[in-house]
Amino acid sequence: MKQPKYSKKLESINIDMTEYRTMLTTKFKERKPYEKHNPKKLKAFIPGTIRRVYVEEKQKVKKGDRLLVLEAMKMRNYIRAPFNGTIKQIHVEISKPVYKDQLLIEFE
Amino acid sequence: MSLKSKTSDLKKRMQGALQGGGDQAIQKQVAMGKMTARERIIALLDKNSFHEYDLFVEHAGKDFNMDKKYLPGDGVISGIGTIGGHPVCIYAQDFTVAGGSLGYMHAKKITKIMDHAMKLKVPIIGINDSGGARIQEGVNSLAGYGEIFYRNTQASGVIPQISVILGPCAGGAVYSPALTDFVFVVDKISKMFITGPEVIRTVLGEEISMEDLGGAKVQAEKSGNAHFYAASEQEAIDQIKDLMSYIPWNNKKTADKFPKKPPISKDYKIDEIFPTNPKQPYDVRSIIRSMTDDSRFLEIHERFAANIVIGFGRMNGDTVGYVANQPLVLAGVLDVDSSDKAGRFIRFCDSFNIPLVTLVDLPGYLPGVDQEHAGVIRHGAKILYSYSEATVPKITVILRKAYGGGYIAMCSSHLRADFVFAWPTAEIAVMGPEGAANIIFRKEIKQAEDPDMVRKQKIQEYKKKFANPYVAAAFGYVDAVIEPVETRKFVNHALEISRDKSEVRPEKKHGIPPF
Repeated sequence: MKQPKYSKKLESINIDMTEYRTMLTTKFKERKPYEKHNPKKLKAFIPGTIRRVYVEEKQKVKKGDRLLVLEAMKMRNYIRAPFNGTIKQIHVEISKPVYKDQLLIEFE
Repeated sequence: MSLKSKTSDLKKRMQGALQGGGDQAIQKQVAMGKMTARERIIALLDKNSFHEYDLFVEHAGKDFNMDKKYLPGDGVISGIGTIGGHPVCIYAQDFTVAGGSLGYMHAKKITKIMDHAMKLKVPIIGINDSGGARIQEGVNSLAGYGEIFYRNTQASGVIPQISVILGPCAGGAVYSPALTDFVFVVDKISKMFITGPEVIRTVLGEEISMEDLGGAKVQAEKSGNAHFYAASEQEAIDQIKDLMSYIPWNNKKTADKFPKKPPISKDYKIDEIFPTNPKQPYDVRSIIRSMTDDSRFLEIHERFAANIVIGFGRMNGDTVGYVANQPLVLAGVLDVDSSDKAGRFIRFCDSFNIPLVTLVDLPGYLPGVDQEHAGVIRHGAKILYSYSEATVPKITVILRKAYGGGYIAMCSSHLRADFVFAWPTAEIAVMGPEGAANIIFRKEIKQAEDPDMVRKQKIQEYKKKFANPYVAAAFGYVDAVIEPVETRKFVNHALEISRDKSEVRPEKKHGIPPF
């Protein structure tokens, strides 16, 4: 059998322990790997812009304390501490846009 | 006043209305690589067949000084013409007139021609090129969209509905195409979205270009909103004409019969195209072309979810709808997008009396967290629903692997395929030999002195026993195991004798497919 030429190079995909030679789509290659939810990593639930930062690194906060203002859809959302803890790192700057699921604040 | 002067008055009025948005606006339209609305209609319809209606309709805007403005035809051209000799109702929004914006009378013209299409039971073709709602007319423009959507829904499954996006089609406007059967887009010209880049930037802070958000490529490849992609308006027009030749004019008719032609067998030799090893890819479209008249095949959704192939061909001169797993892309798996793509196509064929031929070669559903979380359960169910619901003749050919849920979903006899044929290379089993042997013989493999050797032995054992069409044939799940070169003969015969097939479904208002 002649080996025909295809528009993309052939790669492998594993289905039920069998390797198949095939072309992979861009959508398949760009799929996001699954990440386990980590409560210590606070992420943006909506894309928007950071309007205020209330806390500093190393600061101790109590559950419910205001951490950030995330403006999205013309609404100012207070991002509050989900538990008592210490801020390890702040990953945002005022008036910078953030994307959905972008890391905002890490707790120790 | 004499008849002559009355006639010349009419001509003068027509001249005024036919000028569209005037020279300057037309020049702008042409500079964007676009035809004018009237040119588009003329190019699509048979020569000299267009009869225009509602040329003298005037807009109904009263506020914001609109009452002092004259908008020729209120920014949309409508009428009736023919394609391939059969009548179609058509409208084209005219971007040169107030940006093709939709006001009260603009919408009235569209709904009137849609009503005609439904009464006459002929297809409706809408050419979209509009900035959206005419804001000056307020709630009346919203009402206009609503009236169009309602009619699109009533017409669904009764007459074919075609949307051609030749310019912007944004906001509410884009839901009319979404409700129609086939959407055509043209590179760099079509723009479809619900909220544009400007809004997204203001409220969410995300930067994206119009092209990347809702250009032709995105709609044809990523979202799947568009079924046909063309490099130019002329190419899109040729695609529409080709498509119209394959479909019937309403749900009580069948498509036109064409002269029978054999496939071009020298270009599509199965033994040269088809690897027997189920792990090796090939282009399943070549198998389709090895069966169809003149080896012609009109592919739909070519760029979207390419792991399944759908489209029209002819056998013995009659239109057939093909659904085929594509081993060349993602090994031909079913996933969210491919199930959605095929499910909808099957329902179109069933609504419009087009028999279905299904070619099966898939390892199953695509595993992955992203698929599960994207709802592969309910999306995957669409294909089961559509096949089970369909009462048109259903013929299935199992080429190679047909594993697990994928086997059931691809129009198996259990979903009431009328005829199931299998090639001798078919493997109908719960899963591939590697996976199955590892589960069934887990203990033996684990306890063996040389697990790899035992695993290989057990895989061979399983292969010998189950990786074939004969186990399924023994239970009657396969009607005939056939030589690949005889496929066209068997399928043609099955189609021939299924011509008067009738199958009754339980009486109901409508089913509830897993949307």
